[in-house]
Amino acid sequence: MKVLTGNRLTDGEAVWYRADGSFAETIDGAQLAKDKAEQDRLEAIGKKAYADNLILDVELIDVELFDGRIVPQRLRERIRAAGPTNRTDLGKQARSAPAAAAGFDGGGI
Amino acid sequence: MYRYDEFDQDFVNARVEQFSDQVDRRLAGEITEDQFRPLRLMNGVYLQLHAYMLRVAIPYGTLSSKQMRMLAHIARTYDKGYGHFTTRQNIQYNWPALSDMPTILADLASVEMHAIQTSGNCIRNVTADHFAGAAADEVADPRPYAEILRQWSSVHPEFSYLPRKFKIAVTGAERDRAAIQTHDIGLHLKKNAGGELGFAVYVGGGQGRTPMVAKKIRDFLPENQLLAYCTAILRVYNLYGRRDNKYKARIKILVHETGTEEFARQVEAEWQALKDTELKLPEADIRAIEAYFAPPALTPRPEGEDAVRVARLDSKSFSEWLDQNVVTHRNPDYAAVTISLKGIGEAPGDASDSQMDAIADLAEKCAFDEIRVSHEQNLIFPHVARADLKAIYDELVQIGLATANSNLITDIIACPGLDYCALANARSISVAQNISNRFADLARQRDIGELKLKISGCINACGHHHVGHIGILGVEKKGAELYQVTLGGSGDETTTIGEIIGRGFGPDEITDAIETIVDTYLAVRADRSERFLDTYRRVGPAPFKEALYAGETKAA
Repeated sequence: MKVLTGNRLTDGEAVWYRADGSFAETIDGAQLAKDKAEQDRLEAIGKKAYADNLILDVELIDVELFDGRIVPQRLRERIRAAGPTNRTDLGKQARSAPAAAAGFDGGGI
Repeated sequence: MYRYDEFDQDFVNARVEQFSDQVDRRLAGEITEDQFRPLRLMNGVYLQLHAYMLRVAIPYGTLSSKQMRMLAHIARTYDKGYGHFTTRQNIQYNWPALSDMPTILADLASVEMHAIQTSGNCIRNVTADHFAGAAADEVADPRPYAEILRQWSSVHPEFSYLPRKFKIAVTGAERDRAAIQTHDIGLHLKKNAGGELGFAVYVGGGQGRTPMVAKKIRDFLPENQLLAYCTAILRVYNLYGRRDNKYKARIKILVHETGTEEFARQVEAEWQALKDTELKLPEADIRAIEAYFAPPALTPRPEGEDAVRVARLDSKSFSEWLDQNVVTHRNPDYAAVTISLKGIGEAPGDASDSQMDAIADLAEKCAFDEIRVSHEQNLIFPHVARADLKAIYDELVQIGLATANSNLITDIIACPGLDYCALANARSISVAQNISNRFADLARQRDIGELKLKISGCINACGHHHVGHIGILGVEKKGAELYQVTLGGSGDETTTIGEIIGRGFGPDEITDAIETIVDTYLAVRADRSERFLDTYRRVGPAPFKEALYAGETKAA
């Protein structure tokens, strides 16, 4: 299972693609691609967002669902989704509980 | 301190204007990311995990209070209230918006600073001994030469598209505090038998995935040949350095593959053609640059000796700080002070905007308006009257920067690692924090003595792990963080690449492993005067391997 992510051109903010066509600042509610066709569709959306000068470093990343929460497989992506693990007062984890929960949760892998 | 002349200021202002236009066009979608990336990198703008990152150059690590206040202002206004001082004596901001970059660079230009050549395949910020101009063991201040190199290398048309990045470091003392042998060019300023100034020239050092100790290719180069000789080295590199493989493109690979003798021969041949050209530095020009670095007027302050003695009796913590963080100055009434950015459990190298402001105020009041950034990610007051040490200490206590751990196990170098960096494979900061907390007890740290622990979150080695007495390299293995330990490295005049001790450790094991290594050292050292590095060089890896892995071998 994958989601589409990247960084916004104007401020570099990490963002994830949602079903409504927007790139949101949290991974919650990101559009899930469960098969090859859906992945191809997201990949095309990512390429267009890059070409349209909206999103940089566009990538499809592997995720899993835990109690309905989207959790990236790689630590790198969990840190992107939450913020620096040494500064929990910064990044998305500092904004709202659900965002924090979606991201890094203590180092266990 | 060096002050911009009209050419410097015009050049930096013009660059701000040019880059502002490039940012505007990028935000308007008129240029693509592929077109913009090299332009932003030339101006120190990276894209990391959470946001853009701006790396600001601090030439040879020297700052005035006014400049430090501007760094604080940028942290407060455009970032999240802090900055990260790096192993290249620079500062990085982790959260600025692209749209704010032109304003930030204009603010920097207003205090004679910029972010030019802090990235890209060019000659990067020239680094120097952080005690330059103050050290008791110095032959001469290396910074005038670093400044000459800065002027020569700034947008040098021939050297703006090198095979790979290029780093130069200069030291003016036998005791190498600038790690010159880990640089592409390392310059050791010295005097010959005739009392003339010149340089021992080292080439081809570096860390990264292929660590190499630089080779000395010339024992004495007259000072006026600095640019002619560096040009000769860069020309040989530019001509023969590999451009087909990024991982083999640094000059260290060229020197290694060519052979030191043959490489030196090529450089000398090139130099013969350059030594009497306009690259030969006129005596008057060297002395003019040197004048900018004239030491402050250090008035006699003989009362310092007694003041320090009394204050020591009054305060154990001051006394410990004095032992650890204060070093001899060439003027006996003065001292150089290390302000540790390694508070126990803190992220190495980070300072808040208010701390930066307070340091600027303190430098203005008690340290002749001069601050240094060390490659070990600390700040330095190079000139402080011994009589003022207690007052400075008290103020540092107030701002949480009086940790007495310089050169001890908690004075850890760490790169930003996976918490910020797009290149990283594993976290560095959290490892540093855990080790720092484990060894928080100062008496224990002092018993262990000098121990340089350095952590990198990937093989690019920004955290200098290869030359740590204990080095830790974070890698990703099967999706998890794994930390590989090297022992016996050093980044001084006896530069050595550390040796991998064995299998790596998980994030939950690495602190214990470090403690095992330290306990083994304490058990096998000859006496308290034998430092960790000395002990390792004497006994080798065997006792450490035994302590770390013996149980596994037996179990197997």
